[in-house]
Amino acid sequence: MPLELKNVVKKVGADTHIYDTSVELVENQFNILLGTTLAGKTTLMQLMAGLETPTSGEVWFAGKNVTGVPVQKRNVSFVHQQFINYPHFNVYENIASPLRVAKISKKEIEERVGHVADLLKLTPMLGRKPSELSGGQQQRTALARALVKDADLVLLDEPLANLDYKLREELRDELPKLFQDRDCTVVYATTEPTEALLLGGNTATVHEGRITQFGNTSEVYRKPSDLLTAEVFSDPPINAAEVELASGQFSLNGQVNWPSASTKLANGSYKMAIRPHYVTLEQNSEKALKLEGRVLVAELSGSESVVHFEVEGHPWVSQSPGIHAIEVGQAIDFYLDTTQCLYFDDNDKLIAE
Amino acid sequence: MDNRRSNKKAWFFVLPVVALVAFNAIIPLMTVVNYSVQETFGNNVFFWEGVKWFEQVLNSDRFHDSLGRQLIFTGIILSIEVPLGVAIALTMPRKGVWVSVCLVFMAMPLLIPWNVVGAMWNIFALPDIGLLGYALNSIGFDYDYTQQPLSAWFTTILMDVWHWTSLVVLLAYAGLRSIPDAYYQAAKIDGAGAWAVFRHIQLPKMKRVLTIAILLRFMDSFMIYTEPFVLTGGGPGNSTTFLSIDLVKVALGQFDLGPAAAMSLIYFLIVLLVSWVFYTLMMKNEGQ
Repeated sequence: MPLELKNVVKKVGADTHIYDTSVELVENQFNILLGTTLAGKTTLMQLMAGLETPTSGEVWFAGKNVTGVPVQKRNVSFVHQQFINYPHFNVYENIASPLRVAKISKKEIEERVGHVADLLKLTPMLGRKPSELSGGQQQRTALARALVKDADLVLLDEPLANLDYKLREELRDELPKLFQDRDCTVVYATTEPTEALLLGGNTATVHEGRITQFGNTSEVYRKPSDLLTAEVFSDPPINAAEVELASGQFSLNGQVNWPSASTKLANGSYKMAIRPHYVTLEQNSEKALKLEGRVLVAELSGSESVVHFEVEGHPWVSQSPGIHAIEVGQAIDFYLDTTQCLYFDDNDKLIAE
Repeated sequence: MDNRRSNKKAWFFVLPVVALVAFNAIIPLMTVVNYSVQETFGNNVFFWEGVKWFEQVLNSDRFHDSLGRQLIFTGIILSIEVPLGVAIALTMPRKGVWVSVCLVFMAMPLLIPWNVVGAMWNIFALPDIGLLGYALNSIGFDYDYTQQPLSAWFTTILMDVWHWTSLVVLLAYAGLRSIPDAYYQAAKIDGAGAWAVFRHIQLPKMKRVLTIAILLRFMDSFMIYTEPFVLTGGGPGNSTTFLSIDLVKVALGQFDLGPAAAMSLIYFLIVLLVSWVFYTLMMKNEGQ
């Protein structure tokens, strides 16, 4: 039985940090909390762990109401963004620390620490102090401390955010494997949509103290239930524009027209959203429509070109493969893959794709 | 490839520091060295004496006594002020409006000049009219710092604790504040108790600032002069004649410049040596 939040609200003084939230995590899988800094991811995790008690609402775990049960009485482990280890213990003692508090026999501690150290490639470092380790090794030690406990609930709060690019990639690949054969529910907070997609599992998009959607990661990505979710789950930011539907044709700014795929929609105005990588510099499909824009900012991201441009005063973002020489202020044609558009109604709910 | 060019003008940039260090440290120190190996009767006439003054000082009972008093005093001061300072820092609030109030109160004794502290306690502790002295006597203690060595020591120590514990508190508090909340959460998740949190998180995280606090308090208390001088002038008898009071008596009271110079150098070397050994030991295995 997994962890469940039932109508949880968290207020601190006059501020509401978490608005009425109900969510049921998926057992033995990765549950990702995706949202910007200060969206409330950490507060949600602290509520799940029992480090904080909800102002109202209940926290259930394994079929039991655990609201108000302090964290040390639950079998929970937590890995922070900062590398948190006991500064004057060596790696072995650090990993062993949760077991020592639990008064487990010396022989078993040795076995379990050895096993986890092996998994996390820390065996040669066991005698070192945290200050003698690299950032990646320090975070591996913190992860090892979380793993060695065999916790039912493992909370990882942006564990890779303070690592450099290479180490982040490496550890991100290993993480799902580490938890594969364990009976534990993992909650993973991240600010990066790409990271959520790479980790898979399930994703809850968090925005200003609310979970906007929770479901299978690729499902949430492909069919965001509302515009906000689409915005949270997009990097670079998703493009949104007003479109008019009349006699089966959408039109943007009265210039660009394309047929509606759905016959159910009534005539009127809608919000359309399209991810930047469907707005490209080259015409990738015949259906892609031309959009004339003026370049505001052009930048390279890896081997991709990200171009911010404006069309009739509205900002757009395009993301295309390859490196292109583009100058600011240049008038340029972009191609819109209209088959990838998402349509939202007045309340920002998804109504067609 | 060697692109370095000789640039003699660069020396001008270090000149101010060289001048400062020379006037501030090297020249006064060399003057003292100069006196410590010669005998003078005034009129700028000097006679070479070699290490005679050093031998004399090191063999004198008087020096041994004041050094002994000094070591005991500094030992007592450190063993009271450091634990007390840490304890107070631990009980101070971590956030909220009371933080500033506490900090202001803590900083207050540090703002009072040494001789004022001495004068304050001199009056405060007088057995006939001082609040402390009178109160102690009226509850049955036979207390008179002008007559009894024990009372004088008690007052000097109390005065120093009152004046300087705040420094340890402020440093320890700064050290505690720099510990991210995540450490406390991690400890909570591990089920660690308050003692374990102190022993395994707070104390190791405070190690650097505490090292500095102990060093500062060691050096300062080892050189204490003004407060006991104002309080009792080193008495009753010689009971609170610490090293620097003794030194001033030798140099200015008796005008024995040679022995006084030798004594200052020995004094200086003791402070330097103890500080260096302590710092090296504490910073061993500290990584970067």
